[in-house]
Amino acid sequence: MALDRRDLRGRKLDIFLQLTLNGLAVGCIYGLVALGFVLIYKATELVNFAQGDLLMLGAFVAYMAVVWWGLDYWLSFLIAVLAVAAFGALLDRFLLRRVIGQPQFAVVMLTIGLGAMFRTFASVTWGSEIYTLPTPFGGVTQIAGVTLSHQYLSIIVGTLILCGALYGFFNHTRLGVAMQATSQNQLAAYYMGIPVKLIFSLIWAISAGVATVAGVLLAPVTLIDINMGLAVALKAFAAAVLGGFGSIPGALVGGIVIGLIELYAGATLPNGFKDTAPYIVLLIMLVVRPQGLFGTLGRKKV
Amino acid sequence: MRFAFKTSYEQDTRLFRDRIDASWYVVLAVAVLILPAVLPAYYVGETTWVFIYAIGGVSLMVLVGYTGLVSLGHAAFLGIGAYAHAFFLEHGVPWVLSAATAVMITTACGLVVGLPALRMTGIYLAIATLAFAVIVQEVFTRWESVTHGLSGMAVPKATIFGISFESERAFYYLCLFLFVLTLWLTRNLLRAPTGRAWIAIRDSEIAAQSMGVNLAIYKSIAFAYSAGLMGLAGVLFAHKIAYLAPDIFTILLSIQFLLLVIVGGLGSLHGAVFGAIFVALLPPLIAILRDSIPASFADLAAASGVSLLGSIGEGIGNFLRKPGVEAGIFGLILVLVIVLEPLGMYGRWVKLRIFFSTFPMYKRATFKRQRSYMKTERLR
Amino acid sequence: MTFFEADKLSINFGGIKAVDGVSFRITQGEVFTIIGPNGAGKTTIFNLVSRFYDPTDGRLIFEDNDITKVPAHRIAALGIARTFQNIELFEHATLLQNLLLARHAHKKSGFFSELLFLPTVRRFEVEHREAVEKVIDFLDLQQYRDSLIVNLPYGVRKVAELARALCTNPKLLLLDEPSSGLNVEETEDMAFWIQDIKNLLGVTVLMVEHDMKLVSAVSDRVLALNYGRPLAVGTPQEVQGHPEVISAYLGG
Repeated sequence: MALDRRDLRGRKLDIFLQLTLNGLAVGCIYGLVALGFVLIYKATELVNFAQGDLLMLGAFVAYMAVVWWGLDYWLSFLIAVLAVAAFGALLDRFLLRRVIGQPQFAVVMLTIGLGAMFRTFASVTWGSEIYTLPTPFGGVTQIAGVTLSHQYLSIIVGTLILCGALYGFFNHTRLGVAMQATSQNQLAAYYMGIPVKLIFSLIWAISAGVATVAGVLLAPVTLIDINMGLAVALKAFAAAVLGGFGSIPGALVGGIVIGLIELYAGATLPNGFKDTAPYIVLLIMLVVRPQGLFGTLGRKKV
Repeated sequence: MRFAFKTSYEQDTRLFRDRIDASWYVVLAVAVLILPAVLPAYYVGETTWVFIYAIGGVSLMVLVGYTGLVSLGHAAFLGIGAYAHAFFLEHGVPWVLSAATAVMITTACGLVVGLPALRMTGIYLAIATLAFAVIVQEVFTRWESVTHGLSGMAVPKATIFGISFESERAFYYLCLFLFVLTLWLTRNLLRAPTGRAWIAIRDSEIAAQSMGVNLAIYKSIAFAYSAGLMGLAGVLFAHKIAYLAPDIFTILLSIQFLLLVIVGGLGSLHGAVFGAIFVALLPPLIAILRDSIPASFADLAAASGVSLLGSIGEGIGNFLRKPGVEAGIFGLILVLVIVLEPLGMYGRWVKLRIFFSTFPMYKRATFKRQRSYMKTERLR
Repeated sequence: MTFFEADKLSINFGGIKAVDGVSFRITQGEVFTIIGPNGAGKTTIFNLVSRFYDPTDGRLIFEDNDITKVPAHRIAALGIARTFQNIELFEHATLLQNLLLARHAHKKSGFFSELLFLPTVRRFEVEHREAVEKVIDFLDLQQYRDSLIVNLPYGVRKVAELARALCTNPKLLLLDEPSSGLNVEETEDMAFWIQDIKNLLGVTVLMVEHDMKLVSAVSDRVLALNYGRPLAVGTPQEVQGHPEVISAYLGG
């Protein structure tokens, strides 16, 4: 039985909206991880390549709380965020502080090494298989004939809430403003009595917390395994660069752009472009506008 | 303590500081040459890996350690060299021509990557090389007419001018020769204006320009030369591994090479060799320990009557058997090196040498750098 | 022949006129100093001459050639060298390597001959080392030859910066605040060296300086700047006595 043209168009619209929703959701995850990158970079000029693996650790901790300890989903979420955030702060306090003064590249490699250690730790502690996290977001909603998955909606809504909270924190609380000051001019911050070293640890904590939120939100979609952070981190990295590495809204926008490109390319272009299309766009962007969408290109003053 | 007296300008340009330094290297050369006659074939094979990794290490050392340009995707060049060489061999091209062409193709790719890279700095360059590597890996998978895609590609053994290099011993000497050639060529560049220009670019691009260094040209040369060396490593890699597949040339392999140069010691050729020894020999070492630790702990437990020792040995053995443990151990060593010995294995070696030659007047403060506050790499 | 001329040089940085219509001439063999308060545009002028910045207006002429569009890395070969206010030495190289690097503009070997380190390359290396040794001798840096820059004290680094600029064999030497951070004795040494550079080496010097004693001691002519615009030009005495210069910069 042939479909008439209205049906087909409706179907196409449905598919397009599905892809968009999916892309937005995935893009939010990339955006959150990219946000973590940018937070740390703005403050300390370091790039934390272990950001994706912090996401993975967060997902596993939540899984452990729900499945091993039988706790409530929301409680587990909170525990995961607090635990990994604390872990991030400790990382800064005891490890990163010792490598101040070394070239940026060496510290980047340090975070890469840490990421590998996290993956092995996860493999030993929780196992190297694929695990499912039970969530309260099952099911779908139908709006005007379009099917919207609750999982994807939860990601988008969660991201919006988190970004709203961060915005309020950075602009309207004393601690948040102090953080902004520290990332702009360390020495001046010291003079103003701002505890700079403590702030760095807090920024790492926030960054790790954001990664955990991303991990827990992502878990139902991609399932949990030790390598879930790697793939996300690479694309999130591209997202941060796309947005302009010093820009927080840029990170989110970059993430969403990458997410959408990934989904649209995967649906329309031949096989293999799903993963490489974001990188091709990135390369073009780097050649045409190296500072990204929102970044600024500085010149060394001699 | 020996002091090297300089009596002529020409002496400064020589490969070795003086006769005594040179004689140490002669001893090393003899040891390396007779190694295949002394060790069983398995160890000869492992040492060949050291040479191949060392060529790759020198390649990355030139780009990252000397010119200061970070590449997160250098395994792509390894793959390009390997696949190109295998492709030509498959079509009956003689070995020398095939290898040379593969190296030239990889060099050209290095130039292509280097050109847009001229406009990027630091972290942006790193991510661009990463993107390049991801795309290249996809190309390996899709370009089936050349690479046979996911089904993989067998590589015949090397036959040069009719002489077969099939045996471990023969291939060992081939790799050794190319490794020494790589070291010599690179050392030549490093003691000439090109090498100095590279260091200048690393330390201060602005000052380099005001001294007359054309940044674009020297960065391009660095990329091209580095890629070419990696291509050469790829040629040998193809033979050694005997079967090529796209999932060999991953970002993780690129990171393994970066680990090589850091653990070895950034900024020196010795570092590349030390790092290669570490990276090539650690996996077999882990494999050996995986069985020998439980066994020896069990013996210890039986001898001392403390059964706890036996369980500890078992636990360690099980840990080493987990999938992905190798990467974690590499990560741990990387972290330890960066935090505890930023100068790497070669740096520690130099410190040891100085300790022995200045004993008992050795002072730890010799190596204590002045407190260096992180010099901002943001261009503002 | 016009040795050096800046003709109505101007540059804007997003609305701020850092340098606004500055013109001056330098005759060969003289020491010409630019003075002015911080932010007056002195180092910006240096950066324009070194071609790190492109002027929005005006021309630069060196030995009768228009060099306004010459790329930054060709300036050294033309015979213009500079030092930097915040020392830009190559930190992780030895002093000797820094100085040898300065000979780059006079490089005669190609890539492939360097790759094989042919005898010609060896000969050039010896030539470069001989040239560099003369500068080491001139500035008494023998004991620091093989020290890493990272390990050298500030005063020595300033001299090393000067040595490196001299190794490019310049006709015009730009010195950016040569005495900043130096004590009285070191500043006196610097004054003697600048005079030697002018008299013994025949190099023309363009200098930015705040230490008025040093300026009076070595300069032939002085240009005073304020807010990117020229205030006065003349001998040190004339400029130091100029009422506008006194009110803008020198004070009572």
